[in-house]
Amino acid sequence: MMNAPDPQVLLDKAARATPEPLARRVRGLSDRVIAWLFIGPTIVLLLAINIFPLIWTIHLSFTNYRANRPNAAVTNVGIDNYVSVLTDPDVWAAMQATAHFLFWTILLQTLLGFTLAYLIDRRFRGYGFWTTVILIPMMLSPAVVGNFWAFLYQPQIGLFNYVVSFFSGVPPSSFEMIGSVKLAPWAIIIVDTWMWTPYVMLICLAGLRSIPDYIYEAAEVDRASRWRQFWSITLPMALPFIMLAVLFRGIENFKMFDMVNLLTSGGPGSTTEVASITLKREAFEKWRTGYSSAFAIVLFVTVFGLANIYVKALNRVKNR
Amino acid sequence: MIGISHAHSVVHPSPISRRIAGAIVILYAVITMVPLAWIFLTGFKSGPDSIAYPPKVLFTPSAEGYCNLFTTRSRQTPEYVAQLPPASGVCDALARATNMVVVGSSNYLPRFINSLIIAFGSTALSVVLGVTAAYAFSRFKVPAKDDLLFFILSTRMMPPIAVAIPIYLMYRDVGLSDTRLGMILLYTAVNVSLAVWLLKGFIDEIPREYEEAALVDGYTRLQAFFKVVLPQATTGIVATAIFCLIFAWNEYAFAVLLTSGEAQTAPPFIPIIIGEGGQDWPAVAAGSTLFLLPILVFTVLLRKHLLRGITFGALRK
Repeated sequence: MMNAPDPQVLLDKAARATPEPLARRVRGLSDRVIAWLFIGPTIVLLLAINIFPLIWTIHLSFTNYRANRPNAAVTNVGIDNYVSVLTDPDVWAAMQATAHFLFWTILLQTLLGFTLAYLIDRRFRGYGFWTTVILIPMMLSPAVVGNFWAFLYQPQIGLFNYVVSFFSGVPPSSFEMIGSVKLAPWAIIIVDTWMWTPYVMLICLAGLRSIPDYIYEAAEVDRASRWRQFWSITLPMALPFIMLAVLFRGIENFKMFDMVNLLTSGGPGSTTEVASITLKREAFEKWRTGYSSAFAIVLFVTVFGLANIYVKALNRVKNR
Repeated sequence: MIGISHAHSVVHPSPISRRIAGAIVILYAVITMVPLAWIFLTGFKSGPDSIAYPPKVLFTPSAEGYCNLFTTRSRQTPEYVAQLPPASGVCDALARATNMVVVGSSNYLPRFINSLIIAFGSTALSVVLGVTAAYAFSRFKVPAKDDLLFFILSTRMMPPIAVAIPIYLMYRDVGLSDTRLGMILLYTAVNVSLAVWLLKGFIDEIPREYEEAALVDGYTRLQAFFKVVLPQATTGIVATAIFCLIFAWNEYAFAVLLTSGEAQTAPPFIPIIIGEGGQDWPAVAAGSTLFLLPILVFTVLLRKHLLRGITFGALRK
């Protein structure tokens, strides 16, 4: 605060009593200069490290450039790369693997996450502590987690196989979670669900807590059954939140790379080769830079479409 | 309220339904912790114990995992080991028992330090950029504000692999490949969108009257920002910083594609810790435990702001 016997302070106090346009009284840099000074660096950084590379990717997607042969002649191939991406059976296999992964992870995480949130909302003794415990997996490094689950999934010695055989009687060496074509897609779904159910749970919990008590109280005055209350109050009012969680998980899992790369690295064969893994193989193992750039753009357009829907849904939830 | 039975109420659950709900949630929490407990335990097992069948819950603790994590060893003949002077430490003694000699330190510590430098560096930068941009977006008339904010958010939606190709080429040309500075800039670019969105939410909540009073008192806009807004936004800044830190700490895709030695962080390194004949699981477990532990602490610190962080500030409690 300013010293007391300063005439300027008295003037200012008088000014506060009689409001006038604030801008005229403010000294120093003008607000407009500060606004650009404050936003500028962020925009410049994003242009340099996000937008410039993106434009470069678009450019490369129309060429036959190979990053491991920087001196080879580069020719313009038009939309050939896009045509081969969209007609490549490997790409469609990757899209199918991604769709399978997306569908089951989102379904399981929504069911489990909502159920947990519903139970936690009963506010049993110590629920705060247990909620925090449940949240831990989603904060961890997906790469380190994927790598460690590979250990849990080991046939013969892995804890997962041991637990399954303990409860089901199936011999632990009779199945391989990451080695078999049939089970590998489920291996990544289980780990993703273990990791990200808390995420859905947390958002659903916020949804449940946003429902005011008086609505339930009114329903009870009307003698609506608990079942009825759930279907006509709880679920519809929590739905925007569930959708938000689903959309966010959708975008994240569409980009899935780290956990799957370390758990199965797309194998066996290409059964768990989700889109990002295919992209990595094309770009950094086969070095088909032009082709993989086209693939990257196709993926980006898809995610961007999802992101647009996401932001609209987000605003709707916010404006409720 | 008289005359209304609360026996089956959602608002006031009965003690029995509370207890059942509690039991199920606690069961889930315990099951979900088993893999983590297993990582922790495996870090203290000897090599044979870690791959024993049936899996061992009770075992004699061994420092082998942590020793192997931090040292490199070479195999020697028993005669050579026998004529050496007495072992100089726990790890050396453990190695001698299996006819090995500690020959140096491993790369885990440098990778861990890289992780620290890159995570803290990019967090500091993201928060500085984020808090200034967020303040401008919150308080000033910015042309095309909503479009700019959406643009900032949309950069986060890009699959890392999709931009990794040109960033790889760009970094190769300007000499940033496999440097900590390159990784700090990259992680900042990814995190700044989160920082702007989260901090805008926090700054929106600070009443404008505080600054306006300061401006009337003769502060310049910048003074008001530093002396009034920043102190008010401390909680938000700390929460945002922790979120940025966790992202940078956990990141793998860019790290594995763009770094190979100098600037490699721990996540791409831990999976390639190998012993004789395959992965050295106790060492991998030890490395994972040390790497995951700070995140556990941060999760507890952040629990009140988690919802906000994971939804880019869209949801608050």
